[in-house]
Amino acid sequence: MAEPQDPMQDDQPLLVAEHLGKNYGRLTACRDVSFALYPGEVLAVVGESGSGKSTLLQLLSAQLAPSAGRVSYRMRDGVLRDLARLGEAERRFLFRTDWGYVHQDAAQGLRMAVSAGANVGERLMAVGWNHYGRIRDAASSWLERVEIDTARIDDAPRTYSGGMRQRLQIARNLVTEPRLVFMDEPTGGLDVSVQARLLDLMRNLVSELGLAAIVVTHDLAVARLLSHRVMVMKGGRVIETGLTDQVLDDPREPYTQLLVSSILPA
Amino acid sequence: MNAPAYNFAYLDEQTKRMIRRAILKAIAIPGYQVPFASREMPMPYGWGTGGVQVTAAILGPQDVLKVIDQGSDDTTNAISIRKFFGKTAGVATTTSTTDATVIQTRHRIPEAPLHAGQVLVYQVPIPEPLRFLEPRETETRRMHALGEYGLMHVKLYEDIARFGHIATSYAYPVKVNARYVMDPSPTPKFDNPKMDNCPALQLFGAGREKRIYAIPPHTDVVSLDFEDHPFTRYRFDAPCALCGAGDSYLDEIVTDDKGSRMFVCSDTDYCESRQLAGHRGSESAPPHKERAHG
Repeated sequence: MAEPQDPMQDDQPLLVAEHLGKNYGRLTACRDVSFALYPGEVLAVVGESGSGKSTLLQLLSAQLAPSAGRVSYRMRDGVLRDLARLGEAERRFLFRTDWGYVHQDAAQGLRMAVSAGANVGERLMAVGWNHYGRIRDAASSWLERVEIDTARIDDAPRTYSGGMRQRLQIARNLVTEPRLVFMDEPTGGLDVSVQARLLDLMRNLVSELGLAAIVVTHDLAVARLLSHRVMVMKGGRVIETGLTDQVLDDPREPYTQLLVSSILPA
Repeated sequence: MNAPAYNFAYLDEQTKRMIRRAILKAIAIPGYQVPFASREMPMPYGWGTGGVQVTAAILGPQDVLKVIDQGSDDTTNAISIRKFFGKTAGVATTTSTTDATVIQTRHRIPEAPLHAGQVLVYQVPIPEPLRFLEPRETETRRMHALGEYGLMHVKLYEDIARFGHIATSYAYPVKVNARYVMDPSPTPKFDNPKMDNCPALQLFGAGREKRIYAIPPHTDVVSLDFEDHPFTRYRFDAPCALCGAGDSYLDEIVTDDKGSRMFVCSDTDYCESRQLAGHRGSESAPPHKERAHG
């Protein structure tokens, strides 16, 4: 499990997790998680509350230090590097250029008091863009791409609806053309029609930009729509992993069967 | 009963030593906010407790002190601080910018050019330029450490998006020595260019916030801006009504209850010395519209 296999000869993994674990004292939040994520691949992590999904996401995005194991990431220069060995400056730079992080609560991922345009432009300014006109053009083109009326570019996200906030958050993350996006329950707390629209948008963006993504969700419909592969977690362990259709249509583990059968019929 | 005996310049020597160490560190790392153990001073926070502590720490018996508040030598704050040091240190005081060796200031940099050997001490209410963008001090310190200043441009972006130009007119953020972004205290941005490559030493003291920072002589100080919205210093479009100066920062003075007003130099020493030299203004200027100079 530790040795990531190479399905396509010349294609190398973007992110590799090896025997990843996290303990909070005697409590084990996450244990022995290993996998490799390839460029353009969308991986869904599903499981019930408390199964260690969010801890895993924080470990993978280097926001938490693991108690065991390690996470490596292939930088833009093609070198696979251990995230724990990166300096803080490098890690933060990675976080705001090559990575995106979509929070469940948009208020955590956005600056609620500054305008939508500045929210989208912040990452550009952080990497040294110094031309107002160009920053604004980039911001408005991204607002268009996530289907937000560009007339609202100067409005603060406070005045936006939940679905718009979430789309704005996505635009803010994608503006630097990251290669990997972490999503923590991206559709949580949205009503069904808004969810559908957001999922549709995300699916298009992911395939258009060739993004790799790790989506944490308890909603199997989200996993089915977005992801290529699924990892099922329970009690901090990965109990089943495989292609999305395979896992959801023909679950092997009793817990996965329970999870799949508990979806209300549409 | 002993009469209360104050040490020279009010603070005890150990406190001065502590403040001097902070000042030396601040000078060594231009623009970096050095924490220091700010003392209670016999005046309320917001009246210049930081500036007073810095002045007390650097003052020597031979120094000549000038204190200005909004450019003026004769406002309450300026007078009381000048008296305070006159009484506790017995140093000579002056209102002349060129004669002073230490100038404590609130909100202005004098119009007359400063020269080598002078020290300009600023009173600073909020030393952290990122404060209103990022409320966590732990986070802003990290941002300073890693030189992550994209957020500062977010503020300027917001100005342009809202007002069509960079409307920040005071406490305008600067980058010191191509490294630290610094809040120049609430001086008008008109004064920002005077900080660049200034031959005098500039010290900043924030008493309530317990921070000291500095710009050593002849240091690059660049006001942040966008390529397509460059920094401009604005000025009211009129000469001083009393001395006719066309290059100074002006205060608007209301002269009656019928809406009459005039614009005069905020730097009283500059205005008075010009009047002594025979310059005259229109005495009562008609109201002028504020407009930005390119």
